[in-house]
Amino acid sequence: MFKRLADSSPAIAISVDGKTVTARAGDTVAAALLAAGIDHCRTTPVTGAPRAPYCLMGVCFDCLVTVDGVGSRQGCLIPVREGMKVETQLGRREAGR
Amino acid sequence: MATEARAGDEFDVAVVGGGLVGVATAWGLSREGCRVVILDEGDRAVRASRGNFALVWVQSKGLGLAPYAGWTIRSSNAWRGFSDLLKQETGLDVSFQRPGGFHLCLSEKELEARANVLKRLHNQPGIVDYKTEILTHDQVKAMLPDIGPEVVGGSFCPLDGHVNSLRLFRTLHAALNARGVTYLPSHRVDAITKEAGEFRLATPYGEIRAAKVALAAGNANMRLAPMVGLEAPMRPERGQIVVTERLRPFLNHPVVTLRQTDEGTVMIGDSKEESVDPSGLTIGVSATEAERAVRQFPLLANVNVVRTWSAIRVMTQDGFPIYDESQTHPGAFTVCCHSGVTLAANHALTIAPMIARGALDASLVAPFSARRFHVQEAG
Amino acid sequence: MTAAADLAPSYELVVIGGGPAGLAAAALAARAGVSTVLFDENPGVGGQIYRAITSTPVRSRAILGEDYWDGAALADEAKASGALIVNGATVWSLDRQRLVGVSLGGKARLIEAGRVIIATGSQERPFPIPGWTLPGVMTAGAAQTALKAQGLVVGGRTVLAGSGPLLWLLAAQTLRAGGRIDAILDTTPRRNWLQAMLHLPDFALSPYFAKGLALLREVRAKVPVHRAATIEAVGTDRVREVVFSGAGGTRRLPVDLLLLHQGVVPNVNLANAAGVAHVWNDRQLCFVPVLDAEFGSSVPGIAVAGDGAGIAGGTAAAERGRIAAIAAVRALKPQAAVPDTQAIRQRLQREEMGRAFLDCLNRPADSFRLPEGDTIACRCEEVTAKQVRETAQMGCEGPNQMKAFLRCGMGPCQGRLCGLTVTELIAAERKTTPDEVGYYRLRPPVKPITLAELASLPISEAERKAVER
Ligand SMILES: Cc1cc2nc3c(=O)[nH]c(=O)nc-3n(C[C@H](O)[C@@H](O)[C@H](O)COP(=O)(O)OP(=O)(O)OC[C@H]3O[C@@H](n4cnc5c(N)ncnc54)[C@H](O)[C@@H]3O)c2cc1C
Ligand SMILES: Cc1cc2nc3c(=O)[nH]c(=O)nc-3n(C[C@H](O)[C@H](O)[C@H](O)COP(=O)(O)OP(=O)(O)OC[C@H]3O[C@@H](n4cnc5c(N)ncnc54)[C@H](O)[C@@H]3O)c2cc1C
Ligand code: FES
Repeated sequence: MFKRLADSSPAIAISVDGKTVTARAGDTVAAALLAAGIDHCRTTPVTGAPRAPYCLMGVCFDCLVTVDGVGSRQGCLIPVREGMKVETQLGRREAGR
Repeated sequence: MATEARAGDEFDVAVVGGGLVGVATAWGLSREGCRVVILDEGDRAVRASRGNFALVWVQSKGLGLAPYAGWTIRSSNAWRGFSDLLKQETGLDVSFQRPGGFHLCLSEKELEARANVLKRLHNQPGIVDYKTEILTHDQVKAMLPDIGPEVVGGSFCPLDGHVNSLRLFRTLHAALNARGVTYLPSHRVDAITKEAGEFRLATPYGEIRAAKVALAAGNANMRLAPMVGLEAPMRPERGQIVVTERLRPFLNHPVVTLRQTDEGTVMIGDSKEESVDPSGLTIGVSATEAERAVRQFPLLANVNVVRTWSAIRVMTQDGFPIYDESQTHPGAFTVCCHSGVTLAANHALTIAPMIARGALDASLVAPFSARRFHVQEAG
Repeated sequence: MTAAADLAPSYELVVIGGGPAGLAAAALAARAGVSTVLFDENPGVGGQIYRAITSTPVRSRAILGEDYWDGAALADEAKASGALIVNGATVWSLDRQRLVGVSLGGKARLIEAGRVIIATGSQERPFPIPGWTLPGVMTAGAAQTALKAQGLVVGGRTVLAGSGPLLWLLAAQTLRAGGRIDAILDTTPRRNWLQAMLHLPDFALSPYFAKGLALLREVRAKVPVHRAATIEAVGTDRVREVVFSGAGGTRRLPVDLLLLHQGVVPNVNLANAAGVAHVWNDRQLCFVPVLDAEFGSSVPGIAVAGDGAGIAGGTAAAERGRIAAIAAVRALKPQAAVPDTQAIRQRLQREEMGRAFLDCLNRPADSFRLPEGDTIACRCEEVTAKQVRETAQMGCEGPNQMKAFLRCGMGPCQGRLCGLTVTELIAAERKTTPDEVGYYRLRPPVKPITLAELASLPISEAERKAVER
């Protein structure tokens, strides 16, 4: 869906559901997922419908993911960090995660 | 539901107030075959029914007025049937559950105070016999595995339950709609008179007439009741609630200050402040609620709070319900209480039929007449 | 990097939002000697128009256009002014006493403010069409943000749909960056031109006139543009095709990405929660705060500047920020030297000249604001248009009762993506106006914080007593 303009920003390795994804410095989690062609980042807690980032500006909450073990983080507002563990979030979040 | 009154509409009963108490009573009246009109305020009204904690709660009820315990248990017992009836009519499930509920204590002092309250309550003469046990940390933990180490114990009552109270509110409105009951929002009643055997209720959109009137306007009953020879001394009080995002089920019993709804959100609350400003919100109160919640259930620490709100409790001066019929204006009734969720089954299935018949049944509700306030003064 | 613990307990001025309005306001106030902090939840300053201005990987200036690079000066000015600029800081609460709740790095703080300038800007108007929640459907602004901030350009089969200058701007930027756009579906109702023409003389004098025409020409030369009266995103797990109807009947286009946009509206959540009075603006079809000439709101000491005060664009936002800041400085430090407002107001007026034309021309069609049937109105709680309409018919007069009945607006976005739709649907069903119907009453936190963050805040003895028994 998205491609990168020729870019020299340093590569940053994160894991998404256990698989390594190469992001770039300056990426947010949501942008890294989009760039990696990952189609949806969560399913809704109401009907289980798949969702993907919609606004990329922090207003829609469709980019919610689990980051380093903490659920329901807004992926479009969080910059990637080397070694970050991102998990897609299925349905309702589990308390304690 | 008709949402406009037409000239010449004739009503058996005008219910003033479209909160839970009003709509539960109106639904019961409609089941009795009455032609009912509900007069309510608009969208921004102060409405306890939109901001409550949704417990159908028995433990601790009745300290200071023993018959209140029996009245509450009656409703708790009627709740299952009530929710089944609503489901038959509307297809909507209000998710009533009665798994037994807890009051959790975070210090020995709190636990001791709790035990004392229960002792005083159950020692009252004439109190109906029901069970509330004091439990140790380990006993609580066996039933609520996620409690934190700071929970020293608590009390448990098997009659306690909860419901989805916003869905209850919607379901009652939907049921009334299906029954063809007239609901008139933005029809704030400013004056009530009785002429030629008929009540006349003045609203900004004209006068509504009805043979009987049931005052269910919450705290506003204080102003309305004297218009028909009744009284409703009130002392409104503010409560604040914190609510989280939807979570997977982790809590099988409601706690008096914390419960997981059928939708998955966790509600945290039960504060009391002397204020009638529903737009005010004290962050420190929310913080206290949150702090206690995290101590009670540490696994909630990282959960997102999506909203907090405050709501004004409909509270009579002594905290107990007022059910009354007017001596000077026969056909006028008051239905007014805190715990309108818990008591909804009674209002629908016990109070409404009495109003339909035109007289309250003293054997059931005499203790709840507002005359009690004068008896105390005289004493 | 500033941490939550580094923040002072109070500042003379707290500016919320680091777009042009917030940057200009903070710079002016700090230079006048006012202790100023600016909070913005994004990793960098710039707001929407100048997103990632200090970090964008896009090197070729032509791609984003000169207007974008204007932001660099504003960012520099703010940085040099002495204002404390804190990014990654989400303001989740503001009350009438100007107590500001902010969350930073997972820690919450309450900060007292002498004055507050809300500069939280705008967001794209909800675009509730069938299938708008499917993966692969995004806003045009989202694609633009990805381009500005990460140098990501749309690559697959892409269709843009909607109306408004931003749609055309994104199209041009995407084409310049070598991105692919298969078609643009123009949803501007033809009759809008009639209304708009009345305001053409003013628009012709505004800076947007020439820019707008050039953009349209640039894009139309490269991309087929179709008029669309209805649009549907079709697919199950993700969007597969776009179905639209226009003069030539119904057509289907296979897509990987559908980008929607029909203008921007003020982001009202924080101001609403602070108790700021709002009114319906029928030309812009949105709620705007009630403001005085200095952008002061109905709550003493709280101003709303920038597009949050009503949409007027990025340059106007900066000027509005300056005017609000001057008022704050005058209140806080009457003897401090401030720039002449006259000149600022003149520039602002020039910027605002073309607005009526743009508003009338780009007024979204009813069919794209008032969904029907199973189209989702509330994305978070998955409430459909039909449910909202039927509940309104049942006597539900406003969004607050609607929320209680259907849960619309109760999810994490707190009504940002359904509020206007729900208000307008109720107004349509009950044959009244959105102003009569009103908006959700919003409560903190306006952005989620964790229970532990809330629990960590200071608690007075009285507050504890209100809960512990
Ligand atoms: C997605 C999008 C893209 C746009 N792109 C352009 C463009 O390219 N060109 C153009 O002319 N106009 C554009 N606009 C229009 C835009 O409204 C501009 O006119 C301009 O950015 C408005 O400036 P502002 O300072 O009022 O607010 P904004 O620039 O919107 O800045 C508001 C800032 O406040 C922050 N914020 C919001 N809420 C909080 C909170 N609770 N806590 C902390 N921070 C918060 C946001 O992160 C943001 O950085 C765009 C609008 C949107 C929505
Ligand atoms: C924070 C909080 C937590 C609570 N938790 C629980 C709980 O867990 N369990 C429980 O059982 N109960 C609970 N309650 C209590 C329960 O919510 C109330 O008892 C119940 O909602 C009262 O319903 P009501 O219809 O009497 O009042 P309201 O919901 O306040 O409704 C009164 C209605 O009358 C209308 N009205 C007022 N004046 C006029 C007029 N002049 N003309 C026409 N209409 C008028 C108002 O607009 C309103 O619609 C709680 C309450 C609060 C505030
Ligand atoms: S994509 Fe909308 S909030 Fe992140």
